[in-house]
Formats: sequence, C-alpha cells, structure tokens
Amino acid sequence: MELSLPGVARATGHDGHELLFPDRARYHDVVAAHREAGFEMLSSLTAVDYLGHPGRTLPPEVAPERFELVAILLSLGQVKRVRVRVQVPEHDAEVTSVWDLYRGAEAMEREVFDMYGISFTGHPDLTRILMPEDWEGHPLRKDFGVGRVPVQFKHAPGPR
Amino acid sequence: MTDRDHTATDAPAGVDPESPFVRETYEGAQELAPRAATATEELEREVGSVLRLPESHGVDMSDIDIEYPDDETMIINMGPQHPSTHGVLRLMMELDGETVLRTKPIIGYLHTGMEKTAEELTYQQGSTNVTRMDYLSPLNNELVFSLATEKLLGIELPPRAVWIRMLLSELQRMSSHLMWLATNGMDVGSTTMMIFGFRERELVLGFFEKTTGLRMNHNFIRPGGTAADLPDGWEDDVEVILDNVSSRLGDYDDLLTGQPIFRERMEGVGALSADEALNLSATGPILRSTGIPWDLRRTMPYLAYDEVDFDVIIGTYGDNFDRYAIRLNEIRESVRILWQVLDKMPPGDYRVQDKKVTPPPRARIDESMEALIHHFKIFTEGFKVPEGEVYVAIESPRGELGCYLVSDGSSKPYRLHIRAPSFVNLQSLPVMMHGGLVADAVATISSVDPVMGEVDR
Repeated sequence: MELSLPGVARATGHDGHELLFPDRARYHDVVAAHREAGFEMLSSLTAVDYLGHPGRTLPPEVAPERFELVAILLSLGQVKRVRVRVQVPEHDAEVTSVWDLYRGAEAMEREVFDMYGISFTGHPDLTRILMPEDWEGHPLRKDFGVGRVPVQFKHAPGPR
Repeated sequence: MTDRDHTATDAPAGVDPESPFVRETYEGAQELAPRAATATEELEREVGSVLRLPESHGVDMSDIDIEYPDDETMIINMGPQHPSTHGVLRLMMELDGETVLRTKPIIGYLHTGMEKTAEELTYQQGSTNVTRMDYLSPLNNELVFSLATEKLLGIELPPRAVWIRMLLSELQRMSSHLMWLATNGMDVGSTTMMIFGFRERELVLGFFEKTTGLRMNHNFIRPGGTAADLPDGWEDDVEVILDNVSSRLGDYDDLLTGQPIFRERMEGVGALSADEALNLSATGPILRSTGIPWDLRRTMPYLAYDEVDFDVIIGTYGDNFDRYAIRLNEIRESVRILWQVLDKMPPGDYRVQDKKVTPPPRARIDESMEALIHHFKIFTEGFKVPEGEVYVAIESPRGELGCYLVSDGSSKPYRLHIRAPSFVNLQSLPVMMHGGLVADAVATISSVDPVMGEVDR
C-alpha cells in the first residue's frame, strides 16, 4: 500500500526501501501520515552533512542543502521500511520534532542536535546527549576538524 | 576539554550554585532538576506523557502532581561508577521514600567519536572500528557493516561465507546471552549464576580465539566474506560447545527459573506494555517480552536465516522475568540453529573472488605482478565503493542493529551511522522503573542489557 502524498518526491533506494523527500514544512505531516498508516516504529533517526559531497543523487525536484535529516520508519504489520530524507539548510538548521508522534525520537533527536547542531522545535529537552554540556561545536559536521584537542605526552610540562 | 571545573552559573532555579556538592558534580542541563524548576513540557515527558501513547496526547496535567513538595522527594544520583550499571551509565532518580518517580539516564561517558573515526578509515579498516562498539557481540557489528558495504558494492557472497557468518553470529548470540545471564544473576544476588555464565561463555570465546585469533574485537567478518576459513576440526569444537551448553541450560533452570526468591525479584518488576515498547522504538528481547513476535531473523531474513528452523520466543507481561526467560530460551534456539548450521555448512570459498575487493592469497603475490598490484591497492588506498546510501539492519542479541552507510564513491565511508539497540532501548528504562522500588532498579537496568560502548559510540 502506497500512501498518496502529493508534492513529495519518491525514489527507491539501493536497499529496495522506499525513499521520500518532503520539504521541511511537510516533514512532520509525512511522518504523521505514516504513523496513521501503520508505521508503528521510528526505527532510526540520523543526519548527514553533505558539505564535502554536494552532488549526491537526488530526484530532480529536490534542491540539495547542506544537511539531510534521515528518518527510518518501520511498519511491523506490512514488514516494510520507509526512509524520509529532509533537506535542511545550513543557515536555518531547524526542523519540527516528531517526538509527539514517536516518543522514541527523544534520544535520537538529541543525538542529531548534539552532533550536527540541527535543532528540533517541539522537542521537550533538547540538550547535548553524548558530548559534555559545555562543548563547543558539533563534532560530526564535516568542518569540525579532528585532533584539535592537545594530547598530553611525556614531554608535556607537568609534575613528571 | 580542559575546563572540567564547572561554575554552574547556568544552574536552574532551585539548585544552589554555591553548594560545594553542586559545584563539583553539576554537568549542566542534562541533569534532573527539581520539579519546581522543570518546565511543564519536560515534566510531562518525564512523569506523564512518556508513559502514555501519542493517541492519548495532551496529557492531563492534573495527573502530574507538580506541586509535589520538593522536601518529600529526593533526587539521587547512581553512577557512572556503579558495579551494577553495566559500564558507565549514570542515572538520576527522584525517589519518594523507596519508590522511583522519575529516572533520567545520563550517557556519553564513553563517547569516543567512533562515527567520526569511521569517516577517516577505509572500508577495509572499518570493521576494526565498528567491532569495538558493542563489545559483547563484536561479530554482529562487523556483520552489519559488511552487509551494508556489500549492498553498496552489489556483490553476492559464496554460500560458505554466508553460513560461516551465521555460525559465528549465533555463537555470538549465545555468548552474549550467557554473559547477560551471568551479570543479571549477580545483580539479583546469585553469584553462582555469575560463575556459571562466565564459565560457559569461556567455551565460546575459546572457539572464537581458535577461529579468529582473538577473544573479542575480532575483525573477522569483513566486506567480501570472512578473514579466513574455519580451522580444521571446527565441527568437533562446536559440538562440544553445544553439548555442554544445552546440558547446562537445565542447571540454570534449576538454579534460577524455578527458584522462589529469583521469581519474586523478577516477576512483575519493570513491566512495559506493547504499545509503549513500540512507541519508544524498543527492539529485541524488550519488544518480544511484550508479546510482539518481531525478530529480524524471521521477519526480514538476512544471511540464510530463512533456510533454518527456529522459533521466535515471546513473552506476555513485558516484565523482567519475561526478558530473562526470552534470553534463556534464545540460547536454546541458537543451539538449534547451530546444529542445522553444522549439518548444512556448504563447501567452497569463504570470501568472494573479486580481485577489487578481496586481497589475493599470499602465495600469489610472489608469482603474479597483477596480484601484487591488487594487494598494494587494497591495503593502501582501499577499494572504491559506488555512490549511494543504504540502511541494513540485523538482529543483534540486544535488538535491531542498523547501519546507515553513505558513500560518495571514494574508498572511505562518507557517513556511517550505527543504529545501536542499547542506545534506543535505554529510553524505555524510565518507563520500566516508574513506580518501582529502588532496590529493583538494578534488576531492571540489567534486564535492558545496555552495553555502554554501543550506547555512546
């Protein structure tokens, strides 16, 4: 059974799963429609920073943005997964939270916020989850360099 | 981070930032704040709405006693260093006497940025990274990463490679559940079970050491197959393990299943309903304990699980005892699957013969220039994976272990996300603990079976 969602681009992924590309305004509606149609579980929610790979394959009507939010919905009854991919611009990285539909989104959205700095309106407790509370920056962004923290070796000044 | 000495100036109202206890332990907004200082929305989540369903949305705020006097309840901290929290899990709990009202898991103490590291490693090196996430079932992590890479590459594995993976995956499930039985036994006070569990797990780890060279973090299942063939006489070794484990499962029944003290501690404790489990994205034994027969090995078969005969074990009440019984009986089912694997193990190659993906045998390098070039390319640059993105999920001992892999056509993953079952399952802990006794908290944490390496990644 395929939901009728006018204006939402579709494709089929390498893994055979159905892909949906709603814009940010329709993201919550699309997820809610799936929740109604028997997708009981939000299986995973993550994001990708396409800063270094802007030319990925997208349907022609979808304009690529820097971030992409990926929500994987699972229907136990239909034994089917659907992947919802939402383009999120860099200058206004804000998406409506789906926490009101799936309580399981709580930790996953916090992780995306922590790692990418995408904020979720309607999330009850949007704080860092993995990084320390006073950490600066969002580590999984492509422009967040690795190895910035000085490593203490034996030549470092110290009591030794 | 250099400055770990928090000044706690942003402490919520009601928390005295000058108190030495607060200054030394305060970690910012992640912590559980007094009710008076908590926003309505968050209170709804922590006390009420997380226990409900979105259909019944718009929680009746009169159910939540916001005016609960703060001096009647106590917020206590458990962890991160606590013997029974299975790693560095920290819980903040609001107690009314001995009853747990609110719980907030605080995680991140073991975060080492493994998903970021994965972007710096080639696909060949990637399995050494993912194997360190869930350190109690490393082979499953390698498996899901390899399956995702192979799906992008579009290669078909020889049947022996598939069945070797099944063999290892089921042995791993056995060892992981045995480890769980051991630690759960210890948590509810049965040190005998702890010794028994570790003893039987040792048999399996001995076989892993013989096969892969290491007891854990094997890097044995790789994109393209496995690192090596099974050692000579592996059938006998596996038979010894299966005979031993299946006879000793009876001992566990005698020791725990029928034992009144154990049942008192487990039955009716930490209950979760099916709707709550689905809503909270809980998978694995937690979901099955609520009566939902969802096992990816059966419902979305991978490897050759559709060719073997096994039962999906489900519970009824969703309590700690159901989760115990499910794990115990899943060991029996694994034994059943492993006997079939012993019967059906096909001959042939243990890895795909694609020169671009699989390094050539050592002997060929001395004879063939081309083999040398392939070897050099694979180990320096790595093989290139076509552009695309996939999500692959398998049933790990803890639940749905997923891998979302994005490739930009180079030899390193552009993005690797592991959907860790423990990370997601931890969200159901506050619901299970709500209204229970603090003495049962330890047993309930244990029944979620969180592996912190996987939670924090």
